[in-house]
Amino acid sequence: MIQLNNVCKRYPSGYDALKNVSLALGSGEMAFITGHSGAGKSTLLKLITLIERVTSGQIMVNNKNLARLPRRGIPSLRRGIGVVFQDNKLLFDRTVFDNVALPLVVAGVAHREISSRVRAALDKVGLLKKERMYPVTLSGGEQQRLGIARAVVNKPPLLLADEPTGNLDAELSDQIIDLFYEFHRYGVAVLIATHDLRHIQRLKLRCLTLRDGALVQDSVA
Amino acid sequence: MINYLLRHAQVLFYSLGQMARTPFSSLATVAVIAITLALPAGLFVLLDNVQRLSGTWDGTAQLSVFLKRDSSERAALALAEKIRTRAEIAAVQYISRDAALAEFKHLSGFGEALNALADNPLPAVLVIRPKPAHSDAATLDALKSEFQSMREVEWVQLDLEWIKRLNAIVDLARRGLWLLTGLLALAVALIVGNTIRLAVLNRRTEIEIVKLIGGTDAFIRRPFLYTGLLQGLCGALCAWGLLALLLALLGGPVQDLAALYGSRFELYGLNSEAGLGLLAMGALLGWLGARLAVGRHLRAIEPA
Repeated sequence: MIQLNNVCKRYPSGYDALKNVSLALGSGEMAFITGHSGAGKSTLLKLITLIERVTSGQIMVNNKNLARLPRRGIPSLRRGIGVVFQDNKLLFDRTVFDNVALPLVVAGVAHREISSRVRAALDKVGLLKKERMYPVTLSGGEQQRLGIARAVVNKPPLLLADEPTGNLDAELSDQIIDLFYEFHRYGVAVLIATHDLRHIQRLKLRCLTLRDGALVQDSVA
Repeated sequence: MINYLLRHAQVLFYSLGQMARTPFSSLATVAVIAITLALPAGLFVLLDNVQRLSGTWDGTAQLSVFLKRDSSERAALALAEKIRTRAEIAAVQYISRDAALAEFKHLSGFGEALNALADNPLPAVLVIRPKPAHSDAATLDALKSEFQSMREVEWVQLDLEWIKRLNAIVDLARRGLWLLTGLLALAVALIVGNTIRLAVLNRRTEIEIVKLIGGTDAFIRRPFLYTGLLQGLCGALCAWGLLALLLALLGGPVQDLAALYGSRFELYGLNSEAGLGLLAMGALLGWLGARLAVGRHLRAIEPA
């Protein structure tokens, strides 16, 4: 699903965010990326979604070679990846329903199909009753679940999450990670960047550790 | 295909909704566009009317042949008859010296004063109207010099020079109008471009998010293009209305003025063809302005 070969990323300021990283994530596999802040977790996710481009090395995502993907190919790449952001990136002037519908509207899904798929996604994260509300009225955990519903409504084969539990207390963050685990069991590949080692020990999943931009450990905790 | 049209219709209504949600700024933009478009459209109508006016004269160019004062009425009538038989001539009207004096008295209002004159100072006149097919400048000039050389004729006046001048002025005005229209069209595109630029910057986060979840540039551009198109269209519609209002206000006085000159001239408004052209131009300029602005700014907004 994801394959990185000798990937380096140097920002224009001269800062080396990733140094010669090679790794692979199989179809339907779930893994955590961990490391101190500034270790390169977010950069790695940005490279996979082509928010940033590599300085050298090669990335394959969904059988697409990102180095050869032109600008106009980016939207179709991103439609195949569900991303959950730490700050949610929700549209606060639209209802819960409209937020989740957005990836389907963007992809040109037929109108009558949209509402059933949006409701299915909202049902899965337990927000079906709040579809007409606006995101500001939701709690932090609910907003995060809304972000997850939006990420999965398109049924992408790959889910990425950048610190999805960053602002949540232990119980809520367990719920969120369990939700990801459930999607993994349905066959979706999941990659979660987190510095919360508790989940890694709890779920006994593969864990990739970054330190100062280098991959220093790849193991099952 | 139906799906595609449906999506466009959705975006159209979404854009309408966006405009309705910010009524004051939308209204201000539309008003500026309306005034900017009404100016060249108004000049177009003015030129059109001037041309209609001169056009009615063009076909009826006439020669006034003033006869020598000592020529007799019989000779004058004979001459009139001779001219009337010519192929180029449509009509000849003979105005005798007495008739001329009576008409002058009537029109000038010097009635009593003219009675004091011992002798009628006015010559007899033949008003000659050539057939429209022979009303070109060369034929008229030839006729003029021919009549001029006749024994009974004092001099010939050809009412052509000022029509030529008027036509030259109209041509100049038309050229000027095109230049002005070009400039104002550019202004409309820039106005729309600027409001769209602000709209793009206002919705920066939304654009970033849509890009993150795989929205194509075309998808993101579409509502802005529709907004630009709608603003241009509404502006053009208001310009049309503004023009109709202006003409309605001017119509009465113009008719009064024309009546004073013994004419039944009426102001013509924008016909439906030209009006639809105006609407199409407004819409096109709005779309173009939006396209330029969005194209420039969309690339600059990338998620980070």
